[in-house]
Amino acid sequence: MNGFWAILGRDLALARAESGGALLAVQFFALGILLFPLGLGPEPGMLSRLGGGLLAVMALLATLLALDRLFQQDHEDGTLDLLLTSPAPLWSIVLGKAVAHWLITGAPMLLAAPLLGVLLQMSWPAIGGLVVALALGTPTLSLVGAVGAALTIGTRRGGVLLALLVLPLYIPVLIFMSGTVTAAETGLAFGGHVSILGAIMLLSLVLTPWAAAVALRQVGD
Amino acid sequence: MVSDCGFSYSFQARGLAGARGERWLFDGLDLTLGPGEVLVVTGPNGTGKTTLLRILAGLLPAAEGSVGWEPQPEDGRVALHYLGHQNSVKGALTVAQNLAFWQRLAGAGDAAATAAAQAAFALDDLVDLPARVLSAGQQRRLALARLVAIPAPLWLLDEPTTALDAGSVKAFADAVAAHRDRGGMAILATHQDLGFEPTYRLDMGASA
Repeated sequence: MNGFWAILGRDLALARAESGGALLAVQFFALGILLFPLGLGPEPGMLSRLGGGLLAVMALLATLLALDRLFQQDHEDGTLDLLLTSPAPLWSIVLGKAVAHWLITGAPMLLAAPLLGVLLQMSWPAIGGLVVALALGTPTLSLVGAVGAALTIGTRRGGVLLALLVLPLYIPVLIFMSGTVTAAETGLAFGGHVSILGAIMLLSLVLTPWAAAVALRQVGD
Repeated sequence: MVSDCGFSYSFQARGLAGARGERWLFDGLDLTLGPGEVLVVTGPNGTGKTTLLRILAGLLPAAEGSVGWEPQPEDGRVALHYLGHQNSVKGALTVAQNLAFWQRLAGAGDAAATAAAQAAFALDDLVDLPARVLSAGQQRRLALARLVAIPAPLWLLDEPTTALDAGSVKAFADAVAAHRDRGGMAILATHQDLGFEPTYRLDMGASA
């Protein structure tokens, strides 16, 4: 697990050193949410009804923000060669990157979500459901995003390509995240949605580090 | 500990061919390096020096042929260092943090090795500076310090002395000499005279 801890520690240190850059995603997430009351009008019932879906969609988009730099920076400064020739297994390096990405983007969003939920006048059960949904959904977004980031290394306008590649794969997570919120709000059992979100996360945890490692091996030059 | 015991590996390539896209750069290349041996690869631009080094490092697939070790290095041990045109240095991290990250990633090297690496490339006064404020030559020295900070039997170096002043080129030559004394091997692509006599020379221009 040398590779995992080394990369995790370094990416967090980099995020801290490049202060501001680290919290960009959560700032985008919050600002995006704040635009909806302005655009849709302050009608209370509508905002609380739409709130869960809006927050889920914004979480997807905010996740994308930092993704294109995930491997691109290491590719540009030659660190990727170092990672590829190091004795640490490549999957552990990818996993370290994905966890660091989640701690920098997913975790702050998770903390900001309840506040934004209140702002959108969502009910307390709905906010509870939202937090559970984001806790299980956002790690999947980081993990699946790592595969997309690995595949788009070295391509020009990789950020746009990455979004086109990854957003369709995010659809199941989106559906079950907003499903959880809706069910929680209407007082229905949302255990099923939560279980599926958890299952998707575990599946991604197993498959995506391996898939991204295969993609990284193809980079070569 | 590690720095006291030498290496006794040999490294070989058989019938190696390299291509970039559709362009065939070299083929039928055989080489064998034993403990303490150094190969210097020369040749005009575009003759495949970098491609050869990247194939030997396992970063590019060979169009033909194979690369092998005798004996095979253990799993999880650093078998080789590849240093290309880029320094793999993170500008936002300090010199010390960069070195520490490389050692953690490799799971090798200790405080003594770090001290030796900093001393070898005159980095002692720079350790607490963020790498982005270093000059090109200083960044290159930091990249070269990795070779000393983490013991590995084989060094694959692409133009290692780019941007270095005369004193630093001498420091690099000393590091290579110490590496050879311990039974280490090195393959270097360079245009400069490095001030030491390699075991073998390979002129890519002549073989093309």
